[in-house]
Amino acid sequence: MDFLQPRELAEALAIRAQRPDAVAIRGGTDVMVELNFDRGRPGALLDLGGLDELDGWDADGDTIRIGAGLPYRRIVDELAAQLPALAMASRTVGSPQIRNRGTVGGNLGSASPAGDAHPPLLVSGAEIEVASVRGTRRIPATEFYQGVKRSALAADELIVAVHVPVAAGPQQFAKVGTRNAMVIAVCSLAFALDPTTERVRVALGSAAPTPRRCTEAEEFLSGELADRRWWTVGMPVPDAVVRRFGELVAAAAAPIDDVRGTADYRRRALSVLARRTAAWCLHEYRQGGRTCA
Amino acid sequence: MRLTMTVNGAEQVLDDVWEGESLLYVLRERAGLPGSKNACEQGECGSCTVYLDGAPVCACLVAAGQAAGRDVRTVEGLADGDELDVVQQAFLSAGAVQCGFCTPGLIVAAHDLLERDPAPDDATVREALSGNLCRCTGYEKILDAVRLAAARRAEVRS
Repeated sequence: MDFLQPRELAEALAIRAQRPDAVAIRGGTDVMVELNFDRGRPGALLDLGGLDELDGWDADGDTIRIGAGLPYRRIVDELAAQLPALAMASRTVGSPQIRNRGTVGGNLGSASPAGDAHPPLLVSGAEIEVASVRGTRRIPATEFYQGVKRSALAADELIVAVHVPVAAGPQQFAKVGTRNAMVIAVCSLAFALDPTTERVRVALGSAAPTPRRCTEAEEFLSGELADRRWWTVGMPVPDAVVRRFGELVAAAAAPIDDVRGTADYRRRALSVLARRTAAWCLHEYRQGGRTCA
Repeated sequence: MRLTMTVNGAEQVLDDVWEGESLLYVLRERAGLPGSKNACEQGECGSCTVYLDGAPVCACLVAAGQAAGRDVRTVEGLADGDELDVVQQAFLSAGAVQCGFCTPGLIVAAHDLLERDPAPDDATVREALSGNLCRCTGYEKILDAVRLAAARRAEVRS
């Protein structure tokens, strides 16, 4: 096995193009498990740890560009105000040790349906910046996830950054597991209210082959809020509406029975998470939290 | 491959390191530092917790080559000669050590917590230690030890 340690992105992209057998590694929280258990023996490890281009984050107008190598720890510490759902999800990743190493870039690279960052990226309207020797492109999160651990990333591409619009309104993330730490989601859900478009966004994780938006549920609740002139007048939303929203979120799932939970449990839990997160965000907005948490 | 890194303040040069092995394996099997323990090999148990450039990480999830040129501090590097670090002494005093397997990782995690937050409340302690599993103590004695270490550090400082 070769250990390839480029010092700049251009060098990494050249290697990526020449070595399709190389596995990219940064935090190692997924890749090293595969190696430790001898589940795979790649021809090379392509260590992205030395690339300054993947570090840090910066604000570009109303969008935050997060370097693919930024550890969850820093998202929790530094971006909770701008990106509440992603920061909340980051806070639930693994343990302090894992959050010191794991990255959103790695979450995207693994493209596990259970990855915690995915539902927040979907409801935020994030775009994934990928690069190769052919150039750079941006993939909307809604088009990135293509199957269980499969994504739109081409074989010669590396994930460079994620562009996440700053939250225009309240956001929430919720996740079901057996304890608060070290949990792979049984199911997860992100919810966002966008006052600028007067729309609701909701996405689920770990309950379908890919993370996914729940468009029918979004249409339903956005329509109910509009009908009640909720955004401007603030007529209360009946419990029955929020319950129906939860049912539609559950209906958008395509879960399986596995070691972490049954399909029925996941559907049931998602309807509860949807109801709760929607209620929290509606309440927060009415309390005047018009910008973000 | 040859791996050069700083471990507990001293430069280590290690030869014949396999590219796919973990920092934990390097520390235990090549550098003669068996303090960090090998249990789950998937970041679940925290027994292999070490400082990497000042941040606690699971050594089992760091590829050996990723530690090249970096600063590693293991549980062996906390004591000052024969004098234990205040966190180590507190674990002994509080009876927080039973089989001892999880202890090195918990001590590094607790050490890091108290460096960042000298007077943590219980919720903060639980959160900071949430990546470290102990199957003997039921954690109560470990929480006692962290409280004791925090109190003793405060005494030393005042």
